[in-house]
Amino acid sequence: MVDNIESEPNTVLRVSDLGVDFDVRGQSITVLSNVCFSLERGETLGIIGESGCGKSMTALALLRMVPSPPGKISSGEVLLNGEDLLKVSKQQMSRLRGKEISMIFQEPMTSLNPVYTVGNQLVETIQQHLPVSHAKAQEQAIELLRSVQIPAPEQRIKEYPHQLSGGMRQRVMIAMALVCDPKVLIADEPTTALDVTIQAQIFDLLKEIQERNKTSIILITHDFGAVSSMADRVIVMYAGYKIEEGTLDEIRNNPLHPYTQGLLRSMLEIKPDSSGFRETLPEIPGTVPDLRNRQPGCPFGPRCTKATAKCLEMPPNFDLGAKRSVMCWLADKDDTG
Amino acid sequence: MTQHVETSSLLEVEDLKVHFRLKRENWFAEPSIVHAVDGVSFDIQRGQTLGLVGESGCGNTTTGRVLLGLVQSNGGQILFDGTDLSSVSTEDMFPLRERMQIIFQDPYSALNPRQTAGEIVMDPLVVHKVGSVKERQERVEELFALVGLRKNQQALYPHQFSGGQRQRICIARALALNPQFIVCDEPVSALDVAIQAQILNLLCRLQDELNLTYLFISHDLAVIQHICDEVAVMYLGVIVEKADRKSLFENPRHPYTRALLSAVLTSSSGDKVERIRLQGDIPNPINKPSGCRFRTRCAYSQEICSQVEPTLEEKSPGHWEACHFETQE
Repeated sequence: MVDNIESEPNTVLRVSDLGVDFDVRGQSITVLSNVCFSLERGETLGIIGESGCGKSMTALALLRMVPSPPGKISSGEVLLNGEDLLKVSKQQMSRLRGKEISMIFQEPMTSLNPVYTVGNQLVETIQQHLPVSHAKAQEQAIELLRSVQIPAPEQRIKEYPHQLSGGMRQRVMIAMALVCDPKVLIADEPTTALDVTIQAQIFDLLKEIQERNKTSIILITHDFGAVSSMADRVIVMYAGYKIEEGTLDEIRNNPLHPYTQGLLRSMLEIKPDSSGFRETLPEIPGTVPDLRNRQPGCPFGPRCTKATAKCLEMPPNFDLGAKRSVMCWLADKDDTG
Repeated sequence: MTQHVETSSLLEVEDLKVHFRLKRENWFAEPSIVHAVDGVSFDIQRGQTLGLVGESGCGNTTTGRVLLGLVQSNGGQILFDGTDLSSVSTEDMFPLRERMQIIFQDPYSALNPRQTAGEIVMDPLVVHKVGSVKERQERVEELFALVGLRKNQQALYPHQFSGGQRQRICIARALALNPQFIVCDEPVSALDVAIQAQILNLLCRLQDELNLTYLFISHDLAVIQHICDEVAVMYLGVIVEKADRKSLFENPRHPYTRALLSAVLTSSSGDKVERIRLQGDIPNPINKPSGCRFRTRCAYSQEICSQVEPTLEEKSPGHWEACHFETQE
């Protein structure tokens, strides 16, 4: 208990029982159910999963940006420093967005407005949140661009997004997200659209920012390599459920859920001894289930090689202590079979 | 390795150049020219796979397209099974296309949304007037089975398939005319990891069964290492290093290759490894740097690098590199 009280003040974000439904042609589709996690100050949490597993939806739900209609946050609590983001007013929310919690999107080109200069957009964001003059905001914008290592920021600030390279644009997005030193930074596939050498630069930058400001980062990605180089803890998602959670080492070295195991096995890596030439890669048979017509029981059941009769029943989230959990009957200690 | 010694090359590319003219800034200005591919040479042995690695804008996709005549070349020679493709007319190119096909990166935009999967796969047979209607139908069924799609999926439209299945349709279409050579332009980069494994397994299996020759274009070194016999690394329109798979990955020479390898994130990359970090972005291909193209981002760049462009030389048997210096540790 003592331990619990001591770790509590460090928790920046606590999400519990988060659920999102989409209403499509009169049919209600659950795209996210019962997602729980917490985030500590200065910590990086990686959320990993295939496309359509609900990882981006989690991020949007945290910021209350789920497209509505058709989407709707159906349940849950998002406590940011003790304040429930799902309960505050819309005005209050737009103040918090960008100030306390902010987001970097996957596609820097589509997230920036092509008809305004980079400076214009940065100044607008700054003035939205801080009571400063235009000239002062301009100065701050240059400072921000410098802090994300953009060379010659005085010139760059006058340029339009199309004049910047992909890596530069992502830096501008990061600068924009950092305007108010947010406590939580959500990075949704921040490097997927970028080249490997640029990706490495962006990750270095994020780490440096985190060290400087003690920012907590939620990194959403499908690339386990990215998670490995950034995250302290990892959440694995599948079909809208959090199916496993643990520290990076636990997930990497001792994955418990058959899906996590399969995902890690099918991942290709560079081998220093260049072994494994054209070897058949382990596959996860089948495809992600159709969310429109979910079958009862474990969502991974139909693709799972270890499935038993029990898997026709929905497994609960087995809490293994120390923020380690897995949603699979295999982890059921009371099970005599 | 030794079993391949006697194979002959299916494709020989010599000093290939592709230049794009940009719109003039004004009426009197000289049009700027993008040197997308600027003197690239390689050959691919029958039944083997050449990997072309590079970041976006380095010219690897253009190289793949120019081989099929989808882009006009501005110089150099492409010998496909003895025929020089750069000199054949459009009419003569048509029958040759039966023997060379391409699989595109994005299976979402490479399929016509208004055609069924069956029609898409049958299209090449119709265009090239192969077989009767019944024979074509049989061939489509055969192809569906070959790439692991069900027969009853022929009547479905592309949007009813997942990304991996769509890529299977693209592969079936590419195989329809029994080609010898396939350009795989980032065939797995738009897919999820688990699906990526399925498609790579399929490509390997098909290559063995049908004795296909691949040009495999990718930015993902792990995929390249998995599937390619030989690897060429491109930077800003030129090949900077070329070697067989083993020596390239175990003993990379060019500073760019080494930076690329160390930038790849692996599951163990959280452990502190000394990484080579490249500064800045790829330079603009319109105003490429003088001398060595990589010098603006190279940690070892010296005076000579800005004056003389290094040529691709055989530094050790079978290992080619374009750099003025010996490998630096």
